[in-house]
Amino acid sequence: MPAFLLSRFLQSAVLLVIVSIIGFTVLNLMPGGPLAQYGLDPGMTMDDMERLKDQLGLNRPIWVQYFDWAWRLVQGDWGTSFRDGTPVLSVIGRHLFATLLLMGSSTVIAIAVGTWIGIRGATHRYSLFDYVATIGAMVALSIPTFWFGLVGIYVFSLKLGWLPAGNMYTIGDGSVLNYLHHLIMPSVVLALVHIAIWSRYMRTATLDVISQEFVKTARAKGVTERRVLMKHVVGNALLPMITLAGVQLPSILTGALVTETVFTWPGMGRLFLDSLGYSDYPVVMGLLMFSAILTIAGNLIADIVVALVDPRIRLA
Amino acid sequence: MNAGSHAVTDGMVALSVRGLTVSLPTGMERTHAVKDISFELQRGQILCVIGESGSGKSVTANTVMGLLPDMITVTGGSITLDGREIVGMGPEALRSLRGRVVSMIFQDPLSALNPLMTVGAQIDETMQAHGIGTATSRRERAIELLTEVGLPEPELMYLQYPFRLSGGQRQRVMIAMALAMEPSILIADEPTTALDVTTQAQILKLIRDIQRRKNMSVMFITHDFGVVAEVADSVVVMEKGHVVEHGTAHEVLKTPKHPYTKRLIAAVPHLTGTNRVPLQTEANGPVLKVENLVKTYRSGSKMFGTLRVVPAVREVSFELASGRTLGVVGESGSGKSSLGRLLTKLMVSDSGRILFEDRDIATLSEAEFRPMRQRIQMIFQDPFASLNPRATIGRILTVGPVAHGMDPARARDEARAMLDLVGLDAGAIGRFPHEFSGGQRQRIGIARALMFKPRLLVADEAVSALDVSIQAQILQLLDRIQRETGVSMVFITHDLRVASQICDDIAVMQYGRIVELGPPSQIFLDPQSAYTRELVAAIPGERPRDMTPEIMTAEL
Repeated sequence: MPAFLLSRFLQSAVLLVIVSIIGFTVLNLMPGGPLAQYGLDPGMTMDDMERLKDQLGLNRPIWVQYFDWAWRLVQGDWGTSFRDGTPVLSVIGRHLFATLLLMGSSTVIAIAVGTWIGIRGATHRYSLFDYVATIGAMVALSIPTFWFGLVGIYVFSLKLGWLPAGNMYTIGDGSVLNYLHHLIMPSVVLALVHIAIWSRYMRTATLDVISQEFVKTARAKGVTERRVLMKHVVGNALLPMITLAGVQLPSILTGALVTETVFTWPGMGRLFLDSLGYSDYPVVMGLLMFSAILTIAGNLIADIVVALVDPRIRLA
Repeated sequence: MNAGSHAVTDGMVALSVRGLTVSLPTGMERTHAVKDISFELQRGQILCVIGESGSGKSVTANTVMGLLPDMITVTGGSITLDGREIVGMGPEALRSLRGRVVSMIFQDPLSALNPLMTVGAQIDETMQAHGIGTATSRRERAIELLTEVGLPEPELMYLQYPFRLSGGQRQRVMIAMALAMEPSILIADEPTTALDVTTQAQILKLIRDIQRRKNMSVMFITHDFGVVAEVADSVVVMEKGHVVEHGTAHEVLKTPKHPYTKRLIAAVPHLTGTNRVPLQTEANGPVLKVENLVKTYRSGSKMFGTLRVVPAVREVSFELASGRTLGVVGESGSGKSSLGRLLTKLMVSDSGRILFEDRDIATLSEAEFRPMRQRIQMIFQDPFASLNPRATIGRILTVGPVAHGMDPARARDEARAMLDLVGLDAGAIGRFPHEFSGGQRQRIGIARALMFKPRLLVADEAVSALDVSIQAQILQLLDRIQRETGVSMVFITHDLRVASQICDDIAVMQYGRIVELGPPSQIFLDPQSAYTRELVAAIPGERPRDMTPEIMTAEL
């Protein structure tokens, strides 16, 4: 196990370096560069621009800029925002809670509902429930998240008036209930596509396990159907799902990007879009590295959990 | 037929099946899995139900257990377990019988245990399901059971996960689990089919011992008359959903009445201690000469201390003359299949020489070897997996030769001739693999290999997946083809009886080494190594050391 962890950590480090190089390069290949928006400002002279470039270190060769940035990053300095000079880490920190709240609740909803639909679809194969779930999953996968968001706002906020149309809380009301009220629609909308994916995989995994001999063994022992399903079938079917959860994590982050914009949710997704608009490269790079770390950590944690849960790996 | 003449009181019968009919869903080959079958299992006896695939023997077992899938239903007849009628019984009542009154063990011990639960927890679950004992008393009982089935260090075994156990050990765990509630009836569905021959002998002995000790009644499902001869008190022979013969083991084995039983018994491969009459060939040198061949599997990484080294083939040497067959026999993990893959260069050897037609092919690169690949062909084990389901037979046969430059029209003509040679209609050429039976597919596999006019055929367990009657036909076919074409053969098998039928020489492998190499007369009648003796002694239904070959063939 320690050897396995060590090798995975080394792999992760290499991966992060590659991601950072690609991100940095692509960002600098964008036409205009970080100062493009000042070009439209009649008050800025060429001298001003040069001075600003010098100040931000933008006239150095790109690889020098990269190593400077990377070296600071390793030391814990993620740089400062071009926009207002605040450290990138504190900019991200301000938006972190909102995003983690949204991602967390979405993930819980997606896994809980998706698992249930998947198991029921497998145990009641070719039933009305199974057909409805299959078609529902196709619909949820085919329609973009923002459409569900807009329809949700139209129905539940404008027409019915049950749920707020945006924001994380009502100004002046910091109660948990108020947060939850605001959380319902964005997290359900974000969860929809993941419920679809998760339920399909869960259905397949459950069907795989149901046909295994050991399930028949359990029945032959006189174990109740309920326990056969929960202990033998679901226990084994969840194993591949752990890996899937690790892979799904970053795509929930990506989904959050759109959802946050639709629901004016003050999270990292909106921060990312805003920062791109302002060519605020340090913040964009910071967010990129943050999501890369999250992705790699998600996979790593999934692998470790699988190794802990599956005795064939744990004791091998 | 015999059951009717038995004057039995109800108390003597553990399991009685009367006029049982089980229907299959519409659209299947047959309308019934079993039709109007009747037999009885006497208390304290072992009843063998024997039949080939599709005979309905497993469906019968599952019906008795109440474990039929939803689409398959009992449409007539009755089954009484210990005097209780179970046809039409509710699911909860059936559940409470399972594991308590009647238990079952399965064919494949590798997949029959939950990989995520310890052995102990799985035995415990049987007792828990029937609400027996406390956690402590159940644990004691489980350890007692593990001791009873002869597992080493039962206390440690209790905490083990199945993946740590060998196939034989897992089957012992299955038996311990089945015995937990002291059931009066045990159903064993091909419990030794997936095991090596020496393990099979041990498990058969264990089942027999336990059955005697506990005076249990066992319904033993098998396709192997060797196993029947070993354990059965009485026998039910099934064919296509019907019981065709029913009698004591002695009667059925010695004086079979039904033509199907006779055919089945005649098809069982026996140890022939006699050597094969060698094929007359022009006296040229060996086709294949293998010298000190070595292959070691490595996995993991040295850097992280996870390196695993498994020697698969160790210093193997042998010679094979043209027109001869060398049998390679051994148990799982003996390296016999690895050897086959080295010879066909599907895998690269570590060291040693493979002289094929006097040229060392072991060191050839893939590109250099490619023109010679046609001369060494392979026949695979699973006729269902080894043919592309989306290609016609014509395409399957011609794609190889055409790729090697043969004119397509000529290839098709040859394919027709080849189908004729392997005993299939030339019309098969436009059909797809799923339209053929297992035996027919294996014939197609052989035809495919022969399309290249090879000098060497490597057959890896080529008849192991087939029913005995089909097996006998394929062995005859291979023998005839060898006599007609003079091809040499390396015949890899785990079944010594099969090897004795077709091989001029037999190499016995263990842990990657050839421990003995000689003609069948030596291997079976006068084995030189202890391991060969053990293997031969373990063959079910055969007693080679106690009797001469003539008596042996007369016995069954």
